[in-house]
Amino acid sequence: MSDTTQTYENLAPSAGTKFRQRTLPILIFAAILFAIPMTGPSRTFYTIAHQMGINIVFALSYNMILGKGGLLSFGHAVYFGLGGYLAVHAMNWIEAGTGLWGAFPVFFLPLVGFAGGALAGAIIGWPSCRKAGTTFAMISLGVAELIFAAAFMFDSFFGGEQGISGDRMNGIEMFNLSLGPIDEVYWFIAFWTVVGVIGMWAFTRTPLGKLSEATRDNAQRVQFIGYNPQRVRYLVFIIAGGFAGLAGGMAAVNYEIFTPDALSLVPSGLVLIMAYVGGITYFVGPIFGAILLTYMQSMLSDFTEAWLLYLGVLFIAIVMFAPRGIAGIVFGFLDGVRGDNPGRYLGRWILRLVGILLMLMGLIVLVEISVRWSNGYGEVFEPFGLHLDITSVLSWVLVILPAAAGVWLTRYASQEEDGK
Amino acid sequence: MSIKTAAFAAAVSVVAVTAAQADIKMAFIDPLSGPFGPSGEAAYTSFILEAEKINAAGGVNGEMIEVTGYDNKINPKESLVQFQKAIDDGARYIFQGNGSSVAAALIEAVNKHNKRNPGDEVVFFNYAAVTPAFTNEACSFYHFRFDAHVDMKMAAITDYIKGQEGIKKVYLIGQDYVFGQAVAAAAESMIKEKRPDIEIVGNELHPLGKVKDFTPYIQKIISSGADAVITGNWGADMQLLMKAAAESGSDIPYLTFYGGSKGAVAALADGAIDRLYQVTEAITNLETSDEQNALVEEYKERFPDYDYYYHRAFNAMEMFVAAAEEAGSVDPIPVAKALEGLSIEHAYGTATMRAEDHQIQQPLFISTVSDDVKYGVDNIDLGWTLVDAGTISMESAEQPTTCEMERPE
Amino acid sequence: METIVFGLLNGVSYGLLLFMLSSGLTLIFSMMGVLNFAHAAFYMLGAYFAFTITGSSSFWIALFIAPVLVGLIGAVVERYGLRKVHANGHVAELLFTFGLAYLIEEVVKIVYGKTAVDYRVPDLLNFAAFEIYGATFPAYRIFVIFIAVAMLVGLWFLLKRTRAGLIIQAALTHPHMVGHLGHNVPFIFMMVFGIGCALAGLAGVMAGNIFVTDPAMAVQMGPIVFVVVVVGGIGSLEGAFVASLLIGLLQNFAVGINASFAELFGFLGLTEMSEVGSITVSSLAPVLPFLLLVLILIFRPQGLMGEQEL
Repeated sequence: MSDTTQTYENLAPSAGTKFRQRTLPILIFAAILFAIPMTGPSRTFYTIAHQMGINIVFALSYNMILGKGGLLSFGHAVYFGLGGYLAVHAMNWIEAGTGLWGAFPVFFLPLVGFAGGALAGAIIGWPSCRKAGTTFAMISLGVAELIFAAAFMFDSFFGGEQGISGDRMNGIEMFNLSLGPIDEVYWFIAFWTVVGVIGMWAFTRTPLGKLSEATRDNAQRVQFIGYNPQRVRYLVFIIAGGFAGLAGGMAAVNYEIFTPDALSLVPSGLVLIMAYVGGITYFVGPIFGAILLTYMQSMLSDFTEAWLLYLGVLFIAIVMFAPRGIAGIVFGFLDGVRGDNPGRYLGRWILRLVGILLMLMGLIVLVEISVRWSNGYGEVFEPFGLHLDITSVLSWVLVILPAAAGVWLTRYASQEEDGK
Repeated sequence: MSIKTAAFAAAVSVVAVTAAQADIKMAFIDPLSGPFGPSGEAAYTSFILEAEKINAAGGVNGEMIEVTGYDNKINPKESLVQFQKAIDDGARYIFQGNGSSVAAALIEAVNKHNKRNPGDEVVFFNYAAVTPAFTNEACSFYHFRFDAHVDMKMAAITDYIKGQEGIKKVYLIGQDYVFGQAVAAAAESMIKEKRPDIEIVGNELHPLGKVKDFTPYIQKIISSGADAVITGNWGADMQLLMKAAAESGSDIPYLTFYGGSKGAVAALADGAIDRLYQVTEAITNLETSDEQNALVEEYKERFPDYDYYYHRAFNAMEMFVAAAEEAGSVDPIPVAKALEGLSIEHAYGTATMRAEDHQIQQPLFISTVSDDVKYGVDNIDLGWTLVDAGTISMESAEQPTTCEMERPE
Repeated sequence: METIVFGLLNGVSYGLLLFMLSSGLTLIFSMMGVLNFAHAAFYMLGAYFAFTITGSSSFWIALFIAPVLVGLIGAVVERYGLRKVHANGHVAELLFTFGLAYLIEEVVKIVYGKTAVDYRVPDLLNFAAFEIYGATFPAYRIFVIFIAVAMLVGLWFLLKRTRAGLIIQAALTHPHMVGHLGHNVPFIFMMVFGIGCALAGLAGVMAGNIFVTDPAMAVQMGPIVFVVVVVGGIGSLEGAFVASLLIGLLQNFAVGINASFAELFGFLGLTEMSEVGSITVSSLAPVLPFLLLVLILIFRPQGLMGEQEL
């Protein structure tokens, strides 16, 4: 680093880089969303896609406090749920046409959700944001349990176990969308997903967004330069709550129902897994996580009843071997391919991939055989016409051999990397 | 088609052949994993078995039935996702039963779907969600309930109490949500009407699925001096309540909706005899045809983890077949119209689908646990047996409805 | 009077059970700073192992073997899992245990089935110890109290009165110094994690037959254990003991109170008709621990008897 003439202007990205790194991804993202209906997707596809959109916004909002703010929360679904509940109530007010609500289009209900989530964040965040770390995590856990329990006590707002439902086909139509058929709802979800993603990305560019990262890294130094870390955390928390509420508002219009389950620890845990599996150090990480986990949740349970086991294995594998998540793997791969010796990198990478696939194969055979054996219905795992019984030698060969080969391959790849 | 269903199909080669040409697709949307997985699976296996029987006997109007399971994880929102998937896969009949919240969401979803997609209607067969509202103020043409609802079950229990002179004080305990509240309300009003001399010494609602140790509740029951307890608890809440009751050593009888839920009898063991009562539409130990007994045995052999409990699942399928044959069609609207007012003779009595509200009407049975039975439950020797004067006729169980149904053309 | 006596008896026995479960977590948390989310899963493993061992031999053998097995699994988890994750910080460790809890539950479902197993109180202890006000108090619960107290004394003795305990305590605050003195600190960590899990396993052996041994038992117990540890104070066994008893008593007494908010706060103008007014104290019982948790964290972050803040 002998180049002492470097100025700040030189450090700043050129207009081309700016476009490539900031505008282009969003344009591609929007183009994909726009292109999807052209392929004439099925109803199932739409349903899953809608849930993915909602989860993308939800997971990104969670990452505002976990990845960017360094606050581990076990109760983020509280803001998603409260925002969503408010939106469902607003949907019913629109249907009743009370006061100004008659003139409020259903299309803009996520804004109501945003307000609800932000308000809940402002109230709950006040006592809980004073501390970071484990204290914050534990308060969030306690608050989540309290609100979840309260949801069953105050039926007029939460509707008890049955929840509150509404009808989205009321009020003023926007953009010629009645929001009745599922393909019209798609445009609603796509619009708000893009708005949410852009909004949260823009937030990371604001001074507050930068301060939030600084507070995560070193709260004391932030204090030295004259900012109050508690206030930074609090403001970020409110905005994260607002975006969670936005996702809740999207869910309210999509499902037309909200139940107290939406506030429980289960979705809070799931959003944590989504964000982490996707990669909390990258802005796009939670998007990957949300897409993958939504798919697993809704489709994998069709293929195997042990889907929760695979989820657990995936999660532990990510935590142990790829702490930067899927995004970390993807960007690491791109960097490696662009690096000094792409051929060698690619070779190692393929070796590792084959190893992982082999291990996965061993795992799948083991799990599927065990699940069937455990059910005791006399079913047998029969992939590709093979008859894999728990007592047959072939089954165990197919479990142990690929797993052992996989472990050896991945180890070999790592050793080669170390010895380079 | 899921691997699971495929495996079921493969287990019985008959279905493996017929499933490929299945013409009537039915979706079973209930929990098939997670803590409530067992409840869903016990019913799913019943539907699968009955579908196999129907197909083996030549199908419905010559068309084959295929029941596919969709795991909703007992979450209303996830149920709607699975509902969309089921429609996409061609299902026009939906089965669901676990959890009134899920049922409420599905009724709404079915109504909205049918309104928004005319010509593509879906009918919802509810086999166990018993909140009375579904066939009263929230009734729908596209919803049929094959289980007695809370008020009907409570009518049966209170009819039984009417004849029990020894019961002077009753304690109510239940889960704190729509269903539990409905049970408590029904118990209060019906006891007041049928036995005004009975004092209700406690009316307790505890949070759903959150209590680990019911001992303090049992102590309260004991110190209240109650002669009987009425509860609608189900699942783990039922099992834990029974465990605490067994520990306390008291001999207060429990009149329950779901004493038959898996594990409750095993929890009490011998203590359950003449102490645990339940109200159901069928008891396997009743006098019945050899054919039915063979079915009960076949079920146990095929699915050893569960007991033959969901007789209403078999009833629902039989009524569907009868309606489709009467209508000469397997399309949802003609079948739904034919179901209205339809009666069948099932193994343990007559069942009629009341036309005004689509609520099944049938005799109910009060049973208790005995060690002298043909079929045990929970893989122990204890099983359910009819109590004296335990048969509640269809007329006594019948309840009025406030349903104002809108029917399609 | 009856309410008070029963509340005391049940509160103490339930509280002590909670203590057995949470003492291991306190140990692990104070030593390694890891909030072990899988702790309740180890508790579940204890109950299932005890069920298996009871089936093939006897409860008394299970009482010793099952916790040891759970402890061994815990040690393996620490050695090959947690230690690797440790480099990525506390959040990664916490998430590792979070995923582990999922995994253990699913494996238990495959091995033992999705429904409850029939794990019973041993015949030798299956009788009523005494009877008051028409209800009996089972002998097994007295046995639970006895085991819990023995465990408390044993743990206290181990930590405060033995050389091994001194080293553990030193490693807690000054791991590097202890390492320089020639002790194998990673091995100590592994042992502590193993012992903590074994204690959870012991709680599972004791509680699995009072409650229900099924795959959902871990999820049901999970959150409340954290409440005990946090309310008691980090690193304080005495605190965990007091907090367990407090929560046990609080829950049991609340159940016994029939009064509604309207009756309690009627002077504020609250009526039975309003939604808040109709809530009864007894229906609040299961929520009280979490209310306590939030209040403690806000007003006394170091917990009841802890020295350091979270």
